[in-house]
Amino acid sequence: MAEKTVCHLKVDAPRIARKAKPGQFVVVKANETGERIPLTMGGTDPSAGTIDLIFQVVGKSTALLRTLNVGDAIQDIIGPLGKPTHVENIGTVVCVGGGTGVAVMYPITKAYKEAGNHVIAIIGARNKDLLILEEEMKAASHDLRVTTDDGSYGHHGFVTDVLKKILDEQNQVKLVVGIGPVPMMKFLCKLTKGYGVKTMVSLNPIMVDATGMCGACRVTVGGKTMFCCVDGPEFDGHEVDYDELVKRQRAYLTEEKASLDRFKEIGR
Amino acid sequence: MEMVEKEKKEKPKIPRQKMPEQEAKVRAKNFNEVPLGYTPELAQLEASRCIQCKKPKCIEGCPVEIDIPAFIKRIQDGDFVGAARKLKERNSLPAVCGRVCPQEDQCEKVCIVGKKGEPVAVGRLERFAADWEKEKEEVFIPGKAPATGKKVAVVGSGPAGLTVAGDLVLKGHEVTIFEALHKTGGVLIYGIPEFRLPKDIVQAEVSYLERLGVKVECNCVVGRIETVDELLTEYDAIFLGLGAGLPQFLNVPGENFCGIYSANEYLTRSNLMKAYLFPRYDTPIARGKNVAIFGAGNVAMDSARTALRLGADTVRIIYRRSRDEMPARIEEIHHAEEEGVQFHLLTAPIRFLGDDNGWVTGVECLRMELGEPDESGRRRPVPIKGSEFQLECDLAVVAIGAGPNPLLPATTPGLELNKRGYIVADLETGKTNKPEVWAGGDIVTGSATVILAMGAGRKAANSIQEYLMSK
Repeated sequence: MAEKTVCHLKVDAPRIARKAKPGQFVVVKANETGERIPLTMGGTDPSAGTIDLIFQVVGKSTALLRTLNVGDAIQDIIGPLGKPTHVENIGTVVCVGGGTGVAVMYPITKAYKEAGNHVIAIIGARNKDLLILEEEMKAASHDLRVTTDDGSYGHHGFVTDVLKKILDEQNQVKLVVGIGPVPMMKFLCKLTKGYGVKTMVSLNPIMVDATGMCGACRVTVGGKTMFCCVDGPEFDGHEVDYDELVKRQRAYLTEEKASLDRFKEIGR
Repeated sequence: MEMVEKEKKEKPKIPRQKMPEQEAKVRAKNFNEVPLGYTPELAQLEASRCIQCKKPKCIEGCPVEIDIPAFIKRIQDGDFVGAARKLKERNSLPAVCGRVCPQEDQCEKVCIVGKKGEPVAVGRLERFAADWEKEKEEVFIPGKAPATGKKVAVVGSGPAGLTVAGDLVLKGHEVTIFEALHKTGGVLIYGIPEFRLPKDIVQAEVSYLERLGVKVECNCVVGRIETVDELLTEYDAIFLGLGAGLPQFLNVPGENFCGIYSANEYLTRSNLMKAYLFPRYDTPIARGKNVAIFGAGNVAMDSARTALRLGADTVRIIYRRSRDEMPARIEEIHHAEEEGVQFHLLTAPIRFLGDDNGWVTGVECLRMELGEPDESGRRRPVPIKGSEFQLECDLAVVAIGAGPNPLLPATTPGLELNKRGYIVADLETGKTNKPEVWAGGDIVTGSATVILAMGAGRKAANSIQEYLMSK
């Protein structure tokens, strides 16, 4: 059970599949003693009644989910949560996904294309093995660029390198949507700010109830505290306090490690 | 001789019987319930203090009008199960109310015996009877009215929703409760700690409703998975018992440092997610050594006492007004003090201090003094110039109240809200301005008590019943 492995679960959740819109997420509690974790939906199939959960194994809860086999059940799944992406026809849109952020980006990219936009997509991962949804993203966009940090596939470098090139080459880009690890979103926004291009990001802070009840997910946007679960998860990327977000995401590192070590040892 | 005669005539006064409880030092380190409940002997002794008034005041003092003298009479007679059934004629959650009702402001406040001495301990007797019935497994399932074919949706499974569901299922309607969280009970599950209200008691109350035929759907965030308008196509009536679940923050600099929780988050982690059992349960919770709690209501006391049980050395309640204005029940304040919680009154936080990792390290406060009364009738706290000082803390909990969660109202067009975002509903019937939609409890009144929410649920259930049967 390698950490950082990307895992894909197709879950039978007909009511959520019917209702979910691009940009929304679910909360999953695997079993009686499990924690509530927010996961993004990499796609839904309303007719089959399924949703796709795509996540990286980073701690105990995701490691536990990874052990599920076909036919197993997740005890609790709650959604769709969060505000859907506001999609309209604005011209040229660049959709940038990094790591498992590509999963969230896929339905959003598709929606922008369906709304009549010219969609350029950039997806990146640390290496070829961690790259996900390439075929799907190709179909969902007009022009797909791929990067890997180690150069094992596509452009050798970061998604921001490719984005910079695009922004240099053409000035019709009306919107950049960036979803991925916080450092990626932070640098991406720094870049687009320089070009004056509006940028939306989807944030992933720690959540508990994810219905606006606890405030665990508070983020500072434009100097104001927002609850990511109900006010987001998408925000104007140029207004987000990323340093605070990173610190808050790391609040339980010690406990998360202890929990994962215990899981590896006793298997539950 | 004369003296002896007189003594014979005057019944010796029995003092109000204390409830045995865990010793303060022991209980501050565990999550078991603090008061242990009356023994049958103590219960009968306490019940004997009730003088069975011809015109009892206590019934009027109860938001759900329990026939208090009648249930106490049964305890006097040793018919404990009968006492529980008498309670349940008016109150579907007696084991809960016996524990968390502010009886000192309700039935016990107006008790005739209390005029000259201490009132009859109605709450403790209520708890005793309800627990007795449960322990003896004599829980009575009353007969239901014939099925009406009418369907009622109850949104929220807190005290208001549970009361509506219990009342209407007995009238023969098909009742479904929709709960956003993965467990039922609302604030009884996520808010009130185990040591004050054991969760198996809440669970038993919900199971009782399920045995009556109430359907329960957890993990349903109405407003997202289904809107109120969508539910209305399937249900004849809807009751909104959403609670006041939006945490309020202090809005001072540094409040987003790690280790600063809303009381909702702190208590939800501990109670609902059982983080106090980490790592057996997966949800973590910060265990501070030096804890600051802001606010002085019941939720603040619950947070302070939780922090002690999670291993804190020092727990301080920081409150900007004085002791007289503290909104918590006297019993809760007393319990907290006994366990070692410190009270820093007339003190207001102005900013949090933190380290490079973004963790809270302290709080800067101002001393206050009381000025003229404000709109709440309480004397307004006024800062004393130049009185700034710093307190160290590695964990802080903000327990200064909660507001209405806008999620459902925002997705329900045409539902009237007041300017603070609460649902406008008739206080006598629970009717909102939207046809076929009722509301009650904290989402209408703002944060109040379990029993007031149940009272609102009862009134709404009566109004829904009237509406359904005339339809």
